[in-house]
Order: sequence, then C-alpha cells, then structure tokens
Amino acid sequence: MHNRQTSIAVQTPVAGVDLASAGKDALFSGLLAVGLFLPLIGFKTVTNIRNELILETRFGLLAIFIAVMVAASLVNSFVIAPWRARRAVRERAPASRLAGVLSKYFAPFALGFVLIYPALVFGLVGSTGATKWIDNFGIQILIYVMLGFGLNIVVGLAGLLDLGYVAFYAVGAYSYALLAQTFGLSFFALLPVAGILAAFWGMMLGFPVLRLRGDYLAIVTLAFGEIIRLVLINWVPVTNGYAGISGVPRPSFFGIPFNASDDGFAATFGLPFSPIYRTIFLYYLILALVLLTAFVTLRLRRLPIGRAWEALREDEIACRSLGINTTTTKLTAFATGALFGGFAGSFFAARQGFISPESFTFMESATVLAIVVLGGMGSTMGVAIAAVIMIGGTEILRDLDFLKDIFGPDFDPTQYRMLLFGLAMVLIMVWKPRGLVATRAPSAFLRERKAIGRDLVKEGHG
Amino acid sequence: MNAPLLRVEHLSMRFGGLVAVNDLSFTAEANSITALIGPNGAGKTTVFNCITGFYKPTTGRLGLVHGDAAMWDDLETITRRGTRSLRRPGGILYLLERMPDYLVARHARVARTFQNIRLFPGLTVLENLLVAQHNPLNRASGYALLGVLGIGGYRKAERAAIEKACYWLEAVDLMSRADDPAGELPYGAQRRLEIARAMCTDPVLLCLDEPAAGLNPHEKADLNELILTVRDKHATAVLLIEHDMAVVMEISDHIIVLDYGLKIADGAPEDVRNDAKVIAAYLGVAEQEVERVQAEVAG
Repeated sequence: MHNRQTSIAVQTPVAGVDLASAGKDALFSGLLAVGLFLPLIGFKTVTNIRNELILETRFGLLAIFIAVMVAASLVNSFVIAPWRARRAVRERAPASRLAGVLSKYFAPFALGFVLIYPALVFGLVGSTGATKWIDNFGIQILIYVMLGFGLNIVVGLAGLLDLGYVAFYAVGAYSYALLAQTFGLSFFALLPVAGILAAFWGMMLGFPVLRLRGDYLAIVTLAFGEIIRLVLINWVPVTNGYAGISGVPRPSFFGIPFNASDDGFAATFGLPFSPIYRTIFLYYLILALVLLTAFVTLRLRRLPIGRAWEALREDEIACRSLGINTTTTKLTAFATGALFGGFAGSFFAARQGFISPESFTFMESATVLAIVVLGGMGSTMGVAIAAVIMIGGTEILRDLDFLKDIFGPDFDPTQYRMLLFGLAMVLIMVWKPRGLVATRAPSAFLRERKAIGRDLVKEGHG
Repeated sequence: MNAPLLRVEHLSMRFGGLVAVNDLSFTAEANSITALIGPNGAGKTTVFNCITGFYKPTTGRLGLVHGDAAMWDDLETITRRGTRSLRRPGGILYLLERMPDYLVARHARVARTFQNIRLFPGLTVLENLLVAQHNPLNRASGYALLGVLGIGGYRKAERAAIEKACYWLEAVDLMSRADDPAGELPYGAQRRLEIARAMCTDPVLLCLDEPAAGLNPHEKADLNELILTVRDKHATAVLLIEHDMAVVMEISDHIIVLDYGLKIADGAPEDVRNDAKVIAAYLGVAEQEVERVQAEVAG
C-alpha cells in the first residue's frame, strides 16, 4: 500500500503538461524532419528531354512532412504521454474479463473466418474481384504464416537465430519443380519428398553451425541462404539459372485438372469454366497445410522435444548438465523448421507455375524473421497475426490512391509504400517490444495455466 | 566404511600456463557427503567441471562405479581398452574423463548445480523439473514421432514424471509455486529448485556448487536437512563445494581441502578443522606464522 502511494506522488507532476518541454520536443522533431527529409523529399532529380539531369525542388511537400512530424510530436506530448502516465499510475490490473473472453474465443473465431473467407469474399465483391482477394491476400498471407510457423520453431522455440531460412523455401520449390517436370509425379506425392529434402538440407546447415552462437550463427546462416541462391543461379544445366523454371505442373483436384478441357474440373462438375476454382482449391490446400503445421507445432511444444528446445533457448549449459544432447536437439529444430519451409516452397512452386532465384532473396528471410519477431517469439497465434499484418499490410499499401486527395494529384503514393511500412513496424515495436503476443503459455501445469511475461523468457543466443 | 563411488586419480587441469588443479587424488564414498573446500581460486569448481565432463582434464583418471564395488578391479582393463564404460552382471564402471558432459549426466548419473544458479527462468517450476526428466520422457514419446500422432504410452509417462516432480516440489517446499516461472522465485527458492531439478535426473552422485551462498541462517538449516535427506533416503552420494563452515562441518562425512590446486588436507571434519596447513591457507599466511597470527588476533 505504501508503495502505491509513493508511486502516485512521483507521477503526479508528469500528468500536467509541461509547455516548454513540449515545445522543445516539437522543435527537435521539426529539425530532425528537415535533416531527414530534405535530401530525400526536398530535392528530386529528373532527366529532361535533352537527356540532362535536372535538380528539382519540392519544398511544398517537404513542408507537409515537417508539419506532420511536428504535429505528431505535439500529439505525443499533449495526449499520449499524459495518457501513458495515468495508465502507469493505475495498478496493474489482472487482465480484464473482456480480454479473457476475447482471447478464449479468438482462435475458434479466426479459424471459422479463414474457413469461410473465400465464400465471404465471393459474396462481397463478386467473382472477378474475388480472385485478387483470395490470391493476393488469402494464399499469399497463408504461405507466410506457414513460413513463420517453420522459422518460429528455430528462432522462437530453440532460440537459434537463422537468417537464411529462405534457403529451405528454395529447396522445397526447386525440388517440386524439378521432380515434377522430370518424373511427372503428382503434387501430393512430391510434397513429402520436397519437405524431406528441405529437412535434409536443414541438417546439412545444422552440422557446421552447431559450435556457433549468437551473431556468428546469424552470419553463417545468412551465408548459407546466399550460397543456395547462387547455386540456383549458376547451376544452369539443372536449374536454368536466372531464367528459372517455367511450366511447373499445377496441382490437380484428385486427378481432375483445372482447365477448360472436357475432363477439366468445371466440365466434370457441370460448372461454367472460371479460373477461380483453382484459386479456391489452392486456398484450401495451403490452409490445410497451415493447420497441419500449427497442429504439429502445438503438439511438439508439449512433448519432451519441444520442452528441450525451449530449455535450450533458456540455458544451454544447464541442458547439458541434465543429460540433454544439445547437438541432436538443435539438429531436430533446424530439420523441423526446414521441413515446413520445404512444404511452403513446393506449394509456392505449384501455385506460381514459375520459379526463379529472384523469389528467394535475403528479403524473404528478413520478412519471415520480422513476422516471427513481430508476432512474439514462440507464439503460434502471434506469428499468424503478424503475418496478416505484415503481408496484408504491404498488399493494402499498394492501394494508396486516397493519399492523392491529401497531397495533390502529382503525388505518387507507391513510392511511399515501404516508408510507411517501416514506420508502422517501428511503431509496433515501440508499443510492444516483445511482439504482439508478449506472453508465453506453459507447456504443462499443475493447477492453473498462468501466462508467463516475456521479460522472464530468454531470446536465446545460439 | 562405505564402498568408493567416485575415484579421482592424479587429476590435473591446466589453462595455458595456469595450473588450476595439480595432481589431485581423492575418493568419494557411496551414501556419504564429501565436501571440497578451500580459499577462493583454489580450483574447486574446476574439479567439478572435470567430474561432470564440462572440462576435459589435462591428465588424470576419474572412475565411477554403479552397483558392485568389485567393478573397481576392472579399472586397469578399461583404461587399457580405451572405452568409456564397462558393463558386467554386477555393475558398470565408467571413466568420466572420456565422456562428453551430457553423457556423464545421462549414463553415469552425475547431476550438478551451478555456483551462479542456472535455471530455465522463462519456464515454470514444474516445467524445469520435467526438462530434467527429458531422456526417459523422450523415449516414452517415441522420440516425438509417436507422440505427435498421439499413440504410445507418453501420457502415462508424463503423469509419472509430474508425480515425481511433485514429490521433489514437496521436498523443497515449492509446491505452492509449481505454476510460476522459475525466474520469479526468490533467491533461496531458486537454489532449492536447482537441487530438486538435479535430483529429478535420479543421480547416484549429486555435485552441489556452493548451495548455501546467499542463504539466511534459517534457509541454511533447511538446506542441511535437505542434503541429509538426499543422502539417507535416496542413497545418493553428495559432493559439496561450500565456503560456509557451519554447513560443511555439520553435515560432511569427509572433507578435502584444496589450496592453489593442490590437496593440503583430507579427512574427517574434526581432523581437518585442527590441521595447521588448512588454518594457514585460510588465514593466508605461511604455516610457521599461524601461531603468531592467532595470538595476535586473540590478543
């Protein structure tokens, strides 16, 4: 009780807004904006009709950016800071009942939503618009959810920082593409093969990096991802180099192909031909794969191997003192993560029909890692939500035409897509430094399943 | 006189030019508490790290026997043969210096705690004790392959593991904190949990590295009780590093004193207590000056 009173006494002066310091903050934000945006936005080089480079100035736009920064600083000083101070004073209430109900029903609600999503989209925007929404949003997001689940095992549970995860995605994609073209096997026969090959490469990566920890491990895995990509580029007789592999066989509906022929899917079921049936089929296929991955991950977390992964993240030396073979434990983590990456890769190849090394750059690894970190390392639901935000967010930011109404018709919104995206990520990490789901659910309990705050959970260091 | 459980012979450990342990030999008996004491930097923890496989000793032989004491007759055979262990109907003989750390814990059943506590802070107290039973549980889950499919006897094995964890939670008085994260426990409770976790591996030898450090007198008394229980009820020998003489003198059956990596005394508590070399080492003076210094302190 005594404690609480002193904390109120300390906090009270903060509640009143200090005009001088608010003004100073706003001034500094403005100066910072000038320094940051003057070269980026204030100047622009264009090539004129005689092919000369001309420097143009855009001071009006620069002024808008500076004004936005100053306004944001003032809002922070007058609205957000006092609100945070008030909230800090309030005693940390146990999660409200509403939050409890929300978290209890969120998973079944989300599952129901993704199951009826194609029908929902169909009803809302009709058959032409639906393809875009199911393909660009549904399938694209679910691929990244699956990649996120796979990397979550390596980074989130076992605490091994892997920057080359895209390598396994590539192995899965090329395995399916090459084996399907060479041997004419079906997607469902090759899916496990591609997964096992990726897991094998996960073990191959695992062996040399077993002795490394932290930053060194990150650098070697980064290099591994690049090696795989360079092999794909340079091994032209097999992979066709930069040109990639086109005409990768598409998955069929239990033997019935999705085409306009007489024995195609539409003709067989007496429907008018439309490409949307394939899209919907692919959607449910990747959804099934995602659910399988989630089920296996949640199961593994409650098995001794999952607990050993988490213990490895917490303290490797203590693990060894308890008789846990840390070598095999790390290898199983790499292999399991790579297995799911390989599944996602072979689905990606089957969906695109075309793959090239362009699709497997470091940017992909970074995106998947960002999904895992943003979601809250180790949390399955968090990773899924983060994938929706990250991938769905970048897709939505493609439609930024409304910004033209604010900045005038000359404004080209697509140039600001990544800038806005970066800003959103910074804000989320400031607001929730330990990810969106910042608690860890214990894998076993005696009387009560209490969520564990992330501040106690280690991030792992190799 | 009990049968020897662990025999350390001519153990030396060098780090570059530094000789941390120099030609140390001693024996730890079954069902007894052996204390390893000495001033700071004497090499006690290095000895522990050699026994538990975390360090490879520069020279020396570390034998450990499960079961029949007659196994010791095979010591020369196994040394020449170059294998890690030798199994006969009566028991098993291990050479610990040939085994990697995790196999010392898994097969030779030597458990340890650490000077700076090493729990899994983000896992609950119960989970910490379940991780300690990883190897039998992993076997029961078919190395996770059967467990994922939900077949096999994993559920039963896990229930048994939780029961064992509960037994040790009762023993160290942490039952009420079972579902709390280990990192949230107070310091003394973390020390007790680390001992409970080590005991969940069913060890024959428990190595405790300064278990009483940072405990209050009441907690120290409880700790003595716990260590005696481990020896008497669980037939586990204890090897103890400790600075607190109240703990060491009260519960030890046998004391070994190290100074600068050398053994300077070895015997029952009352013998060691009156040993001139030991007193000199602890006072930090030459042996001849001990009486003068003691007189000065008394005067």
